[in-house]
Amino acid sequence: MSNLRLGIFCVGLLVLAALLSLVWTPYPPAVIDVPHKLIPPSAAHWLGADALGRDVASEILAGARVSLLVGVIAVGIGLSFGVALGLIAASVKGVVEDAIMKACDFAFAFPALLLAILLTATYGPGVVNAIAAIGVANVPVFAKLTRAAANGVLAREYALAARAAGRGPFAIAFEHVLPNIAAALIVQATIQFAIAILAEAALSYLGLGAQPPLVSWGRMLADAQAWLYVAPRLAVFPGLAVAFSVLGLNLLGDGLRDALDPKLRARR
Amino acid sequence: MVIYVARRLAILVATLAFASLIVFAALEILPGNAAQTMLGASATPEAVAALAHKLGLDLSVSARFVNWIGGALRGDLGQSYAYNSPIAPLIGERLAVTLPLTLLAMAIASGVALSAGVYAAARRGRPGDAVVMGMSQFGLAIPNFWLGIVLVLIFAVHWRVFPSGGFPGWAEPLKALRALVLPALALGLVQAAILTRVTRSALIEAMGEDFMRTARAKGLSRRAAIWRHALPNAAGPILTIAGLQFSSLIAGAVVVENVFTLPGLGRLIAQSIANRDVLVVENCVMGLAALVILVNAAVDLAAAAIDPRLRASA
Repeated sequence: MSNLRLGIFCVGLLVLAALLSLVWTPYPPAVIDVPHKLIPPSAAHWLGADALGRDVASEILAGARVSLLVGVIAVGIGLSFGVALGLIAASVKGVVEDAIMKACDFAFAFPALLLAILLTATYGPGVVNAIAAIGVANVPVFAKLTRAAANGVLAREYALAARAAGRGPFAIAFEHVLPNIAAALIVQATIQFAIAILAEAALSYLGLGAQPPLVSWGRMLADAQAWLYVAPRLAVFPGLAVAFSVLGLNLLGDGLRDALDPKLRARR
Repeated sequence: MVIYVARRLAILVATLAFASLIVFAALEILPGNAAQTMLGASATPEAVAALAHKLGLDLSVSARFVNWIGGALRGDLGQSYAYNSPIAPLIGERLAVTLPLTLLAMAIASGVALSAGVYAAARRGRPGDAVVMGMSQFGLAIPNFWLGIVLVLIFAVHWRVFPSGGFPGWAEPLKALRALVLPALALGLVQAAILTRVTRSALIEAMGEDFMRTARAKGLSRRAAIWRHALPNAAGPILTIAGLQFSSLIAGAVVVENVFTLPGLGRLIAQSIANRDVLVVENCVMGLAALVILVNAAVDLAAAAIDPRLRASA
């Protein structure tokens, strides 16, 4: 099976799990049921129950929701601000371009997870702050990509022709540049989506991301660690869910790159 | 080279200044927030004001920034509220765990990535290559802290050959090193996944160059040609990416230290967040960011020393 198909399959499953959890889970997630604590997988509890009797399968389904939400919003923040900055840099040129690109270089040097830790430490843990921090870290990635790709398009004859015909820089940016760099942006967005899911899992593991009753795979792993000797399976399923989602998104990104842009494929 | 070094050092100073501004601004956007956060929502305004005064938080923004940077340059980072001790020695103590951990992880990552990358590049398109690339695809998808937990399950819970966490201190070097093996593996193997891909593609590019044909024509074996000629020529991009990856290695160490309850900077950050010890978090984050920035500058200089063409840019 090609990367693209495998990627679509994995990501499709992730989306399906998140949608399904909105209308149905085997048990209500995050509802504590102490008499059933730590029971092994069975027909009633497919993946068993955790130390507080919460049904693991239901929590995995509900966790997909948080992962998807974080990915969509964080990538959305990065895309909207990053593409705007990149287009401005490429269209205006000169001092503005230099300033934007230098700022991006500086921001690149600052580890994204550290920024997230700093923000959540100052303003309190929570999924909103985590999303904001991951999103902000995405901005320079998209700004750099947009500017580089846009400069390539602006040097082409059709862009010059549009300029000669009297179109302004922003009209050219929207009518000619954006449609031509969309493929590269989509591929990068898929990869940043995967990175956002990993970052959210790490933050939630540290207790800085999603707070109960919101279910997050990272938080499930943190809870599971106390029971490693008693119920090691609790530490396996959420990790598999993260790995499966990230693997799917990475494969989707690779597959899309090959499908959308044969030039990029040659460079690999 | 002298001009390049001077320019790179200027960029280094500017980046450090920018990073310190980010860290400072994060705490600054809500003024008085640090003291309020430390004491909690139920604190009386008088108590908050008193603590703010004690920590120098009631000074003007610019005065506080100057105080902080000036103090940092003199090695004085202020007082930890929770530990009631100076912050600078606290960070120094924790670095003695974090630094060896990241170095060990880097060594594991480079060792694995170089051998796997060379192996895959030499067998490009054959089954061995596909296996290495498939494994690296999995490596990219696995969160390092989860790999840490899985390693604990296998080597501490099941086989009991390594400790599941804790750190005995450097007074017993062998025991200390043993405590670092699993965390370093968790960090290093995930890093190796990315580095393997970079090594492979850089090598494949170098193997297409004319000098490889010359090396083979003068009678060098394929293996010798790869190690003696292709790898040194691929070293530049590999080194650059390895330097950029150092940032995620440091971030990973913060999380993985918490998996293994290692008393490093990451653990200090997590504990200080729980203690609401905002100034410690601020200084730890700045310290780690500075470390990343310094390493990146060192890598750029090393890459320029290897490849004179790089000195023209940047």
